[in-house]
Amino acid sequence: MDGCFVIEREAAPVSERPTSPHRKGSGVEGAVAAVAPMRLARRVVDKDRESVLDEFEDLIVAIARKRDRAAFRALFDHFAPRLKTFFMRGGLDPAAAEEIVQETMVKVWRKADQFDPAKAKASTWIFSIGRNLRVDFLRKEKRPQPDFNDPMFVPDPEPDGFEVLSVAQEADLVREAFDALPPDQKAVMTLAFYEEKPHSEIASELGLPLGTVKSRIRLAFQRIRSGLGESV
Amino acid sequence: MSIDHHPSEERLLDYVSGGLGESWSLAVATHLALCPKCRNTVARLEAMGGGMMDAAEPATLADNSFDALWARLESEEDEADSMPAIAGHAGKIDLPEPLRSYVGGSVDALPWQNMGLGVRQLLIPTADQSTARLLCVAAGRPVPEHTHRGEEVTLVLQGAFRDSTGIYAAGDFQEADETVLHQPHAEKDRDCICLAVTDAPLKFRNLAFRLVQPFIGI
Ligand SMILES: [Zn+2]
Repeated sequence: MDGCFVIEREAAPVSERPTSPHRKGSGVEGAVAAVAPMRLARRVVDKDRESVLDEFEDLIVAIARKRDRAAFRALFDHFAPRLKTFFMRGGLDPAAAEEIVQETMVKVWRKADQFDPAKAKASTWIFSIGRNLRVDFLRKEKRPQPDFNDPMFVPDPEPDGFEVLSVAQEADLVREAFDALPPDQKAVMTLAFYEEKPHSEIASELGLPLGTVKSRIRLAFQRIRSGLGESV
Repeated sequence: MSIDHHPSEERLLDYVSGGLGESWSLAVATHLALCPKCRNTVARLEAMGGGMMDAAEPATLADNSFDALWARLESEEDEADSMPAIAGHAGKIDLPEPLRSYVGGSVDALPWQNMGLGVRQLLIPTADQSTARLLCVAAGRPVPEHTHRGEEVTLVLQGAFRDSTGIYAAGDFQEADETVLHQPHAEKDRDCICLAVTDAPLKFRNLAFRLVQPFIGI
């Protein structure tokens, strides 16, 4: 296994209860019950080549280079149904969720050449596109983002550490740390992502003081940093 | 650029989840353009969001969902979304994106509104209920003393200001709420330009300012 290691994770049992709409008053338990452990694809990271063999990233690259319909179909078949569930858990009805899924996949097709596998996993990139479209759909607002082509953009410093994690490795560790969060912290983080509401609204939804929600978020961040081997 | 003051983790979470309103997101995103550290945090949160989405049980899609999408893509082929052109290239570039696109140019060329007492402002149109504005405070002058009826964030773009909580220089991000009564002063060497976002009108304690406040919209 010189210079090469395998990150494996057993497929977690899929024991999600049917998710009742938990926008209102379903409390921490309801929210946590809806959270399946993140099942991570088995993935081989070759540290020597710094390349990540991962089909979804490759599919997006194929779409960008060759306008590859089969690749797009495979990507759609995996992500579209999951995006739809994700949006419905945030309270969208199936038709609206389906509409945003379609818009998201249109953008995936059109922006495929902007996807950089060195910067994000496919699921991360597709999530961020879907999120922006949902903001537009629900609130008719733009969601400003930095532009790394801007002359005033301050680039990342050169990595100085010995152990630079690949994007996929880091994402896996983040997700692993998320799965291991205590239920109260996990519930807050999950509701924030599903419902796209500020943490202050999550607090009132859960009937918790704002300070409690803030401290749960901060504790979750600490655990994620320590999951990445950083001092907290 | 050495940045000492960053958005709170809760605010970065709200930015990544999409729950943060446009005005606040503009301040966070402009800070992100200047702050690799917070970009790193945001990237992790997005990885988390991607993981949640990827772990979701697949829903059943509408019939012919893919075919409808493909037909649409073929009919619109190939309006590839190319990278947006950098706005404001014509003039001097002294504000980072995404802010520059919102205000439309360099600091000197902006249609500043003179507020008196060494303060100029420029309201920035956003679609949420909060107020985003650029403030330019003359070197050494105070930003009038005020409390807030709600939250306020301030991102320094040029120069620096100082208040009882510290010194804030370019890139620094200050968060304040109604519990904070601060009296920021621009540092003496240079005008201080900030992006300020409030969810309620500023409540100035200075009597003169309070009297004119209804008329000047600050
Ligand atoms: Zn920062």
